Amino acid sequence: MNRATVAILAVAAAMALLPLLGLPAFYDALLYLMLHWIVLATSWNILSGTTGYFSFGHGAFFGAGLYTTSTLLARFEWPFLWTLPVAAGVAALLGTALGAVVFRVRSVRGELFALLTLAITFVVGTIVGNTPIDGGNGVSLTSVPVPHLGPTQSSTFYLLALAAATLTLVVARAIFFSRFGAGLLAIHDDEDAAEVMGVPTYRYKLVALAISCALAGVAGGIHALFLSYVTVGEVFTITVPLTVVLMSVLGGTRHWAGPAVGAVAITGLLYSFTAADHAVAGKAAIGAILIAAILFMPDGILPRVQRAWRGVAHRGVKKTASVAPAVAAPAPPSSTVPAAGDVVLRVSGLHKRFKGVRALAGVAVDVRRGEILGLLGPNGSGKSTFINVVSGHYAASAGEIVFEGRGLVGTPAHRIAAGGIARTYQIPRPFAHMTVLDNVALAAMFGGGIATPRVARTAAQEWLDFTGLAAKADALPDELNLHQRKFLELARALASRPRLVLLDEVLCGLTPSEIDSAVALIRRIRDQGATIVFVEHVMRAVMALTDRVVVFHHGELLAEGRAADVMQRPEVMTAYLGRAHA
Amino acid sequence: MPGFTLPSATLLAQSVLSGIFVGALYGLMGLGLSLSWGLLRIINLAHFAFAFLAAYVCYQLATQGVDPLLTLLGIVPAFFVLGVLLQWLMARFRMTTFNSLLLTFGLMGIVEAIIQTIWTADFRKLESAYANQKFKLGALFVPVPELITLVLAVSLALSIWAVLRYTDLGRALRAAAEDSAVAAAFGVDQRRNGLLLAGTCAALVSIAGVCIALTATLAPSQMYAWIGVVFAAVMLGGLGSAIGPLVAGLLIGVSEAVTMAVTAPSWAPIVSFTLLIVVLILRPGKAA
Repeated sequence: MNRATVAILAVAAAMALLPLLGLPAFYDALLYLMLHWIVLATSWNILSGTTGYFSFGHGAFFGAGLYTTSTLLARFEWPFLWTLPVAAGVAALLGTALGAVVFRVRSVRGELFALLTLAITFVVGTIVGNTPIDGGNGVSLTSVPVPHLGPTQSSTFYLLALAAATLTLVVARAIFFSRFGAGLLAIHDDEDAAEVMGVPTYRYKLVALAISCALAGVAGGIHALFLSYVTVGEVFTITVPLTVVLMSVLGGTRHWAGPAVGAVAITGLLYSFTAADHAVAGKAAIGAILIAAILFMPDGILPRVQRAWRGVAHRGVKKTASVAPAVAAPAPPSSTVPAAGDVVLRVSGLHKRFKGVRALAGVAVDVRRGEILGLLGPNGSGKSTFINVVSGHYAASAGEIVFEGRGLVGTPAHRIAAGGIARTYQIPRPFAHMTVLDNVALAAMFGGGIATPRVARTAAQEWLDFTGLAAKADALPDELNLHQRKFLELARALASRPRLVLLDEVLCGLTPSEIDSAVALIRRIRDQGATIVFVEHVMRAVMALTDRVVVFHHGELLAEGRAADVMQRPEVMTAYLGRAHA
Repeated sequence: MPGFTLPSATLLAQSVLSGIFVGALYGLMGLGLSLSWGLLRIINLAHFAFAFLAAYVCYQLATQGVDPLLTLLGIVPAFFVLGVLLQWLMARFRMTTFNSLLLTFGLMGIVEAIIQTIWTADFRKLESAYANQKFKLGALFVPVPELITLVLAVSLALSIWAVLRYTDLGRALRAAAEDSAVAAAFGVDQRRNGLLLAGTCAALVSIAGVCIALTATLAPSQMYAWIGVVFAAVMLGGLGSAIGPLVAGLLIGVSEAVTMAVTAPSWAPIVSFTLLIVVLILRPGKAA
């Protein structure tokens, strides 16, 4: 168990002794509310803070748990504690059902998700209010016995909320520092790139939503008994989502403890308003603080404090910036390396249509193991589409793609990545909020199949050495120049230990000397045993690197052979230069 | 579960008519929202708060004896200024679409609190000369306030459509939405156009607010009830479109009215959500 988890449990154990002091019930109630909001805000953050899919429907999931417990208590007279797992289950089920529909639609981005979840709050409220679950009159739980966990009734609620908050924080922290959490944070920065690097984005979002909902459901279950009289009008409102969004944004969404910090601050503030009988002013205050936080502190309190802390700690410790000699070559890919020359990727009859446009019209290409295959053609000839289809970013309209004997058509991009194919983007797409090292570690975890983030970072460090980026390991991608960003793309592709690398115009935009170092790097990549498909316009590099080239024109295969021969052919010259030359 | 009873033909026709009326209001509410989302990349949740603020101001003036429609003369320019101010803030801090959603979410809470402080959380109903006027068209009753709403919604949607399509301003706005850098290179003053458009959106929603005051009972928390259905109309109708939200709003309004006639009134909120999900699944490219 790590230090932070031990700390959470120790604090929780100490807080559990608090009721023995016999403090007035007022403190129990205030602390209950703080813990209650810690559960709600932290659970919300598990999906929304990490991935950026802000849910405005947390009230619906909270309400689902609340009404599950109320119904089981009032109608079926279950013992209270047994209702909590069911409340969690019902809320998770609702979330999973919603997520299974909306996450399947590719056009659902953050904004649309927010609005759909906002709508579901009122839909669930309508259903509950119109069915015997509530019946429109509310459910009274005044006759339900409260279990005796603490010396008083109010301390029992405090202890229940404490247990829920402890569970939530431990879960949130564990997720945050796991492979799962790294994948969720990658989705936030660039979902397509994450998928192509092997992150199962759909499943991850769904699981995160289910966990988030289950914890909200538990909070709802406890709150049902706390309120002892529940109504649709009070539960399915905008208050819960508004408050949890504010708490998380204020505390910091990219830190597991951020929402908890925000929850304590806001609950304290709100309590002083309600205690003074200014509930309406409290609502306005929440709105005003949310606006101020977004305008002046979009990262939240906790990351800001962390930065200040790190600034103090690092002062004086000068970094030994070593420009890596870039010779250390990690072990060759782990797969069994069969005899060179056999076909590793066979593409046949590949079609890709975008509405009316035929981007690929029946392309057939064989890629042999260990070769560097140049993919040439004028702009718009289908080269990038080819890479996008093979890597699974686009679905093929027709045709077959067989990699090491397995068909890839219809396989999701993250499986293709895990199966040994990596790609780079022409315009680098690093994860903007992750350090260079973490960018590469992510690829090592997902494409490269390393389960623990710590081991993945060690592997990533090796790839940074290999590509000469070691000095930039702790930098954010924004601090890199184009040349370094291109090399970061390469390092990410390599970290997934691919047997086939698809390079999409890695040299475009580089200076002649940068091109030379990139060419040398690509050679070293091949020397490790990877097969390379190389889309490029820089003919000097094509001539120097490729064993063989294929030329695309209007989505069809125009020529194939050794670069020097192919470029002499009249049909290729016509495609590039027009008819007049001949 | 509600019982399914088959209503008579007249009742059904009356339902469809009331669906058209309420759908026109959805369209009018959605008009400004769609323009601001589609052309300015700002999702303005405070749009709903503005509508209710306008409705309450209209209610206040009308109880002091002013004709509700005459209040538009003051309300529309005032809200235009409000919209301009909000857009100035958005532009000043270079809000992303997502942060605009969060910021206006906060603003909505503030406006709700203001309304609740001034007019309390109780239900208010505007009593005016128009309130109970209706006439008979064949077997159907046509209430006058709803008819005014329909006329306003259709004429405003058509005017905005014409402006976007046929004027230089409209072309500049559409160009800036498509590619802001290129539009700037061609000399489009996006700052000014943005302020103008945001002001117009707020003015449009204030008109919708007056229509709400004319046709519905007011309570501060009611503003949230409109969000789901109006966003459904906007997304179904297409972002940045002037006619789309109206057409989608009418479609939703009629479907809701028929659902209510066949089942029970309180089931209506399900309809727009279901329509939206169905469209998202069947035509993912269409929404947003």
